[in-house]
This record gives sequence, C-alpha cells and structure tokens, in this order.
Amino acid sequence: MQRMHRPDFGALMSEPLLQAVNLQCERDQRILFRELSFSILPGTVTRVEGPNGSGKTTLLRILAGLNHGWSGELNWCGASVAGQREVFLRNMLYLGHRPGIKSLLTPMENLRALMAGRRPVSDVTLSQALQGTGLAGYENVPCRNLSAGQQRRVALARLLVADEPLWLLDEVFTAIDADGVKALEALLQQRAAEGGAVLVTTHHDLALPGMHRLVLGAGGVTDER
Amino acid sequence: MWQFFHKLGSPKWFFGISTRFMPWLLAGGIVLLMAGIIWGLAFAPKDYLQGNSYRIIFIHVPTAFIAQSIYIMMASAAIVTLVWRMKLADVFVKAVAPVGLALTFLALFTGAVWGKPTWGTWWIWDARLTSMLILLFLYGGVIALDRAINDEKSAARAVAVLVLVGVVNIPIIKYSVEWWNTLHQPATFKLTEKPSMPAEMWVPLLLSVLGLYLIFGWLACIRMQTEILSREQRTRWVREFVLKGRV
Amino acid sequence: MNAKAPPAVQLAGSSVGVLAAMKGVFARDMKVAFRQRQDLLNPLLFFIMVVTLFPLGVSPEVSFLREAGAGILWVAALLSVLLSLDHLFRHDFDDGTLEQLVLQPQPLFLLILAKTMAHWMLTGLPLVILTPVLGVMVHLDGNSIAVLCLTLLIGTPVLSLIGAIGAALTLGLRSAGVLLSLLIIPLYIPVLIFGTGTVAAAAEGATVGAYLALMGAFLMLAVTLAPFAAAAALKISLSNG
Repeated sequence: MQRMHRPDFGALMSEPLLQAVNLQCERDQRILFRELSFSILPGTVTRVEGPNGSGKTTLLRILAGLNHGWSGELNWCGASVAGQREVFLRNMLYLGHRPGIKSLLTPMENLRALMAGRRPVSDVTLSQALQGTGLAGYENVPCRNLSAGQQRRVALARLLVADEPLWLLDEVFTAIDADGVKALEALLQQRAAEGGAVLVTTHHDLALPGMHRLVLGAGGVTDER
Repeated sequence: MWQFFHKLGSPKWFFGISTRFMPWLLAGGIVLLMAGIIWGLAFAPKDYLQGNSYRIIFIHVPTAFIAQSIYIMMASAAIVTLVWRMKLADVFVKAVAPVGLALTFLALFTGAVWGKPTWGTWWIWDARLTSMLILLFLYGGVIALDRAINDEKSAARAVAVLVLVGVVNIPIIKYSVEWWNTLHQPATFKLTEKPSMPAEMWVPLLLSVLGLYLIFGWLACIRMQTEILSREQRTRWVREFVLKGRV
Repeated sequence: MNAKAPPAVQLAGSSVGVLAAMKGVFARDMKVAFRQRQDLLNPLLFFIMVVTLFPLGVSPEVSFLREAGAGILWVAALLSVLLSLDHLFRHDFDDGTLEQLVLQPQPLFLLILAKTMAHWMLTGLPLVILTPVLGVMVHLDGNSIAVLCLTLLIGTPVLSLIGAIGAALTLGLRSAGVLLSLLIIPLYIPVLIFGTGTVAAAAEGATVGAYLALMGAFLMLAVTLAPFAAAAALKISLSNG
C-alpha cells in the first residue's frame, strides 16, 4: 500500500499531539482504568495492550470523543479538546470495529462519502487508493458482494488518502489476509516516518521497530516505552 | 456560592440533610392535607350547582396541580444534569418520575369519578382531561426510556433530553388541545374556572395543595435516598451507614 | 533536514464547508435509499392500507368518510412516518457510518438536519404526493384535498424532525420500535390537531391562512430546536455502545 501525495496546509507540530491526564473510566460499577496519563507524540506508533475487557476499545472511543463516560483531561496540541472539538475532529481519524461502510454502495461511493465531510479529494486519487488496498476492479461493485476482508480494505483505503495527523485504529487487522497485514504494518511505519501518530489496538502480533506500548490491565495501568 | 452548589450535588451531603428534614415534611404534609381535606369534605359549603359532588376537587386539584409541577421540576433538574452533570439531579428525575405518573393517574381517576355525576359519563374528551392524559403518556415515556437503557449515566442524560423536549412541547400541547376542544365541542360547563370561589372553598383547597406538596417532598426524599444507596453502594460512607445506621 | 530534530507533523488544514458536508450526507442517504427501492415503497403501502381499514372497519358511507377523511389520512400519514423512523439511524448505527458522522468536523446538528431532510424527501413527500388519490377515495372535496396536502406538506417535516429525536434516543435499545412510538406519539399530537383542524376549518368555509401560518411556526420551531436535541441524544446513544 502506498500513500498518495497530499497537499499540506496546516502548521507543523512537534509537541505532543494528544495528551491524556488522569483519565478515569468506570463502566457497570467497575473501574476500567484510573489515573491514566500519557502523551502521544508525532512520529510514533503506540499499541494499546491488555486482556479482553481491559478497556482498549473504550479508551480509543474516549480519545475519539465518542464515549463520554470518563473523567480527567484530554488535550489536543496543549489545549483542551472540549474547547476545540471541530479542530480536533478534523485532525483525528478513527476506525472502529464497525468500519463505516455502507453495503449498498460501491467502494468508490463509500470512500467519496467518507471524504465528503473532511476534504475534497479527486476521484482519480480515490480510485488509486482503492487500487492501493488491492481492490482494483472492485471499485464499482456494491460492497455487499465483497468479502469481509475486502470490506475492511475499503475502510483502510481511507488511510492512504488521510491527512489527519492522529489515527486511532481499533482492531484494524481483523479479517485482513497475511499480505494485507504486511502492507498495513508498512503503512503504519511509513505514517510514523512522516510524523503522524498512530494508536492501535490489535490481537495480531504487531511488533514494529520503535513501537510504544500502552498497557491496560486489571492490576492498574503501566505506560511502557 | 459555587461551593454550596457543589455540596448540593454531593449525594452524601443530601443524604444527611434530607434525613433531618424528612420527618418535618411528612408531619407538616399530613397535618395540612388532613386539615384541608376534612375542612373541604365536612365543613366547606355545598356548591350551588353541583351539591356535594364537587368536593372531590379537594383531592383532584392538588393531584393535578402537583402532577404538572413535577414535570416542570424534572425539566429544571434535566438542565442541571445536562449542563453541570450533577449526580443528584439525575437521581431526582429518576426518583420522582413514577410519583408524577401516579399523581397524574390519580388526577385522571378523580376527574373521571367527578365526571360521572356532573357530566353523566366517566370520560369526556375535555381539554383538561385530555391534556392530563397526554401528560400521563409523557411520564410513561420517560420511565420507559429510563428502564430501557442499562448504563446509568447514559440513561440519565437521555432521559434529560427527553424531559426537556417534553417540556418545550407541554405548552404547545396544552394550547393545541384547548383549540381542538373549542373546535369540536361547544363550550361546556367549566368546573374549576368558577368566577368566584368563596374563601371557605379555596382556603381548604390551598391547604391540601400545600400539604400534598410537602408529602411529595417527603416521598421524593425517600425515593432519592433509596436510589442513592443503591448507586453508591460501593462507597465507604454507604457501608458505614448500613453498619451504624447513620451518616 | 536535521536528523536530530524531533519528528513533526503537518496539522490538517481547514475542512470542507458545512454546506458541502450536509450535501454529502444528504446525497449518500438518497443514494442508499434508491439502491433499495422496496424500502421506499413500504411506508406508502402502509399508508394506503391503514386508510383502507377505515371504510372497511367503520363505515363506507360517504358522509362519514367526508367528515373523518382528513383525520384518517393524517393519522395514517403519522403512523407511516413513525414506522419509517426506526431506519433513520439504525442501519448507520449498525455499520459504523453513524460513528463517522458524529466524528465529522462539522456541527452535528446540521448533519442531522441534512439526514432528516433526506428522510422527509423519502417518506413524507411521497405521502403528500399520494394524498390527492386517497383524498378522492374518502370523498373529500377538491378544496379540502388541497388544504390537506398543504397541511401535510408543512406537517410531515415536523414529524420527521421530532421523530429524529426519538430515533436517536432509542438507538441500539431492545424493542426500540415500540419505545420510539411511546416517546414520540404524545409529541405528535399538536401537529395532528392543527393539521386536521385546518382542514376542518377549510371545510366550513373559513380562511385557513392563519392556521397554516401557525403550522409554519411549528415547522420553524422544529427545524431550529429538534436537530440540537437529536444531536445530543445521538451522542448519548453512541457513548453507550
């Protein structure tokens, strides 16, 4: 997978992009995590680790601003996320368990619709992105006729055209074949090299050089580097 | 001011303070309500048109009045829930919604009982009764939504949105139902809009309204306390309360 | 480039304008709907069938139908809109599109307004178009049919807008459909009263301008307030999942 050339407009940032201070989350009368503090720097890939039910997905949803059941502080580029929600959303790309792909639309239409709210991208670039994820020839086939893995790839095609500096990827390796996994790993590394920050949860054995780990677990939280 | 506000939001503080108030609320409520009802039922003069059957207003009017004001109170609490995220406001809405439903039902029931001797029928599509019926639906919706959502915080916030949407609609509903009523029926005999009610009638009425308010206050406190205990069961103060019997 | 410099990243530039984003949401909903045309027909068939039940169940007499016709059509339209509301967010919720919608860098209430407009175009508007035919079947006179169509034209968007709040509140809940009806029907009552009342007033020969203006006021109120409530409700429901 090869990232497309993209024009840049925003400012350069080398300070921590996202900063979490004393995050605490409680669900169903159980504390998932408390006093969780960490910073996400540009140019890093961070893997969120922990057993099932330790709150990996919840953490990513909290960071994305989807889950509101938390207390603590979240800062984007040094200022509270709450005060600059639209700026933050423009700079953050979240891919969840549910990939956001409409089964009745074609990959091309899906991608176009997903980009429509973010920035204008030409159809040529989009079809290149689809080809880059191995969907050449499927651009105009309704997604319900594609396999689960192919549908995930449609969502992943967004990563090839994304200009958001922060990516929050929840279980992106699900249903992707071995070649796809390799390509995706390379893509994450490439993104980090460009300065992007990636937070990823996965059950797949992801081990990139220089990867950070954020470990959630029953016995408290450790932030290992 | 802010500290007081913050304190007000603390369930533990509320638990302590409400325990002190509750006996007074209950005692005052019973005394006033009894006085109002006994005066109204036994000593107030007969109505020149309806005779003795009008006396049900000493129950009907307080229930209807308080049933409506509970929704307004819930809406105020809903704003607090959404803006300041105060736990106590969530607890209040959850605790009083069933009380509101029950009082609305009582108001409808007493209205129907009153309707039998005056209109000759249990139910009539009168503007007031219809509005109360819709209020019953609104309370039902609030309770149903609260029960359907498992997560406590989400339930509280969702209910708050629904209550606020409802409270914006209440004046519109009332107005439109009144308009509908004049459209479909010639002006009927209005019961509670007596041109002049003698003091022997409205004083006991006022007493029973006040009494029911106090009893509602007591009921709200005890239901809120129960809800707080179940929500805060893991905290130390609740454990101590259960062991020692006081906060 | 200095090799020792800390890695830096270019922040994203400005995003697509609000109108373009709304257009994107609208266009996608329309496209998805037209890929599954059967779903578009369902509320219409339901509308026709409910109307059919009245002559069969109550009385086929011209006098009854002429008097009750506007009310029957309004109630049937209200129920059809109610029936279609469950789909407003449900599919988007299931496939994750809704999460992406909430995360778009535009005010959510405007995106919801666009979605609701699409919903109205796909359910309310076809009902209005079908109304003259059914109006003739319940023996309404030409003037009443015209006024009825006007009230539905103003009233059905209100139904969609208020319905969006209910759909957002009940999203992802068990038995969401029934709950949605419980929450929303009481809120529909004023629109129903004024919708049918206006037709009744027209049948008696009154001028209906003031009534229509009042319904227009309802519509304006719903357009300005309902998307905010629906956006708040949607965020709460998504936070839950």
